[in-house]
Amino acid sequence: MEFVFLIPLLPLLGATVNGVIGSKLPKRAVGLIACLVMAAAFVVSICTFYKLMLLPATERSVVVSFFSWIASGSFSVDMAFLIDPLSALMILIVTGVGFLIHVYSTGYMHDDKAYWRYMCYLNLFVFFMLMLVLGSNYLVMFLGWEGVGLCSYLLIGFWYEKKSASDAGKKAFVVNRIGDFGFILGLFLLYWSLSDLGAGSLDYKTVFENIHNIDPAILTIIGLLLFVGAAGKSAQVPLYVWLPDAMEGPTPVSALIHAATMVTAGVYMVARNNALYSLIPHVGNIIASVGIFTALFAATMGLVQNDIKKVLAYSTVSQLGYMFAAVGVGAYGAGVFHLMTHAFFKGLMFLGSGSVIHAMGGEQDMRRMGGLHSHMKITSVTFIIGALAIAGMPPFSGFWSKDEILWEAFEKGHFVIWAVGLLTAGMTAFYMFRQVFMTFTGECRADDHTKHHLHESPSSMTIPLIILAILSAVGGIIGIPLFEEGTAAHQFLNPVFSHGEQELHSEAVHGGLELIMMGVSVAVGLTGIFLASLLYYAPMKKYAPSFWRPEAIASSFKGLHRLLFNKYYIDEIYDYLVVNPIKRFCDWCLSFDLGVIDWFVNFAAWATRLTAWASHKFDIYIVDGLVNSMSTLVTYNSSIWRRLQTGYLQNYALVFVVGVLIIIVRVLLG
Amino acid sequence: MALTLTHYLVLSFILFLVGIAGVLLRRNIIIVLMSLELIFNSVNISLAAFSYFLQNLNGTIFVVFSITIAAAEAAIGLAILVAVYRRRQTAYVDELDEMRG
Repeated sequence: MEFVFLIPLLPLLGATVNGVIGSKLPKRAVGLIACLVMAAAFVVSICTFYKLMLLPATERSVVVSFFSWIASGSFSVDMAFLIDPLSALMILIVTGVGFLIHVYSTGYMHDDKAYWRYMCYLNLFVFFMLMLVLGSNYLVMFLGWEGVGLCSYLLIGFWYEKKSASDAGKKAFVVNRIGDFGFILGLFLLYWSLSDLGAGSLDYKTVFENIHNIDPAILTIIGLLLFVGAAGKSAQVPLYVWLPDAMEGPTPVSALIHAATMVTAGVYMVARNNALYSLIPHVGNIIASVGIFTALFAATMGLVQNDIKKVLAYSTVSQLGYMFAAVGVGAYGAGVFHLMTHAFFKGLMFLGSGSVIHAMGGEQDMRRMGGLHSHMKITSVTFIIGALAIAGMPPFSGFWSKDEILWEAFEKGHFVIWAVGLLTAGMTAFYMFRQVFMTFTGECRADDHTKHHLHESPSSMTIPLIILAILSAVGGIIGIPLFEEGTAAHQFLNPVFSHGEQELHSEAVHGGLELIMMGVSVAVGLTGIFLASLLYYAPMKKYAPSFWRPEAIASSFKGLHRLLFNKYYIDEIYDYLVVNPIKRFCDWCLSFDLGVIDWFVNFAAWATRLTAWASHKFDIYIVDGLVNSMSTLVTYNSSIWRRLQTGYLQNYALVFVVGVLIIIVRVLLG
Repeated sequence: MALTLTHYLVLSFILFLVGIAGVLLRRNIIIVLMSLELIFNSVNISLAAFSYFLQNLNGTIFVVFSITIAAAEAAIGLAILVAVYRRRQTAYVDELDEMRG
């Protein structure tokens, strides 16, 4: 397992090479480097996974320590990785899906002038994401946590010449900071309370062994603070506002960061902390409630979006809500399973939408699309597979994972969560197929120029689509309940969640009730698809009753439609409640600065100038005056005495002769 | 009339005065140098006269040295004169007043 350090190091190497000399290299070389390091990291991840599987189930938790990172007094942190089923699954997702998206990017970003910068950021992101999931203590995780936030900022604002893109990057960063602030406070509190118990450490192992000794009230606060971090990173209410705006970034970035990997970091974190959350089920209930509310809330907004990527963005927020609902009720395995399938089908759909945008020459408005199926069959078919998966249609992967979440919520007695989840599932199916119908079926509503250029994307883009479509279709296999002890996914992940799921797998009875539940959720999904088809699928439109037309619904529920269309005015409310007061406060600070502080500074400057003026005059008239008068005196004196020096040879000779005569006279006179 | 020591000394004195006057009053460096030679030779005459009348050879030997030195001094003086003339295009001492204060 020692070679596990290669997994994050390879993408870092790629980022360094592309970052330092990428601008000098040809595009082909830059793309090759970026993809090769990802492929290599994926291969190493598979080896790691395989080695882990060779171990007996109870020993599948290996800590590999590389060096002591921080050692200060009793506080010490190692740069160490934890390889267990959870992190092994996560590195497979990150490097696997990451590799496909890198390959896709070589096609999608090929004409961008800052291609090397993009590849550098993308590799750097993967590095940080792997640090996040591999770290064996909270600090390594936090390093990755902040790093992915940075890369997310860099990539959302990748086209920084566009004001909206750089604004979206800033928004994502600032909102994430709010979450990160909660996260780091939680870490402080955790370390502090463990120190009181004499077990001050940030190592997962030590923390989880001692965590039950902490006062439950403090544990509650820690759990809530950590969840604030998770809500920021994973775009949950109320910190979800950055994710829809993050669609300003390049589409593969949305697929990798804002669908498949980074936004699931919060779910991973809660799942990783299952030992903590199993001690405080009431916090779990809060998480589940926030999650399922987010799921419903985002789904309602997704119903009316017209931007192809915005629909997917709200859908991502909604699906993340599902995952939180799962981990909140203690169904960690189900949550992580949905995380995995979601990485497949949502990554697929984002890449598919990128392919559509590519073909449409940058157009993102679905109202100007339509009928694309005949032009781009691969994109269309793979996209529909993704839509079927997210809509929870058997046998696609989303069915197994979503159904498992609903079932576990029901089984654990959270009927409200189950009901809301079911409703959300119906909405998900509706808006996904609304998107499919608007984009791929019917008449093409694009202008002639765009229509003329419609084409299927290059193979570097379609092959990742096909692979992800296969994964979306069959990725649910490990979630099919074939075993006595539960599903393959559960069996694999259970050792990690043994703290949190004790009561669950003791009663893993998959009886008739679960089959009925499956039927219900499929029926709800089909209903959603059917309603969407009546509205947006041309051959079905004629069967729709008169009140069931997009315009009719919009006019009869005018207020509601406007509310949804404007995203509940949440951005405006935040502007009003938070952003504008801060701006006003900044304005006030500015005027304070200008009026008071600058006045003092200017006064000091004026006083200094006055003193300097006086000092200058003193220097000129007193100090220099003394010096000058001395020299004037000397000059005057010398003007008298220098006349002795006539320069005439004969003068000197005369003086000499006279002197000799005087001496002679003196001698003769005696 | 026999020549006595006094005659020689008077001659020497007259020549000396002529030399001093030439040094102090003439403007041309060549004349000044010649006047200097005159002073030398007046002293040489008195030395030779004393030597003769006092029957002491020291004075004669002294004169021989003195003439040699005078020749060397004249050579140096004329060389300086040539150098000065080349540079300043003049040989008049009152025009060479570089050192005036």
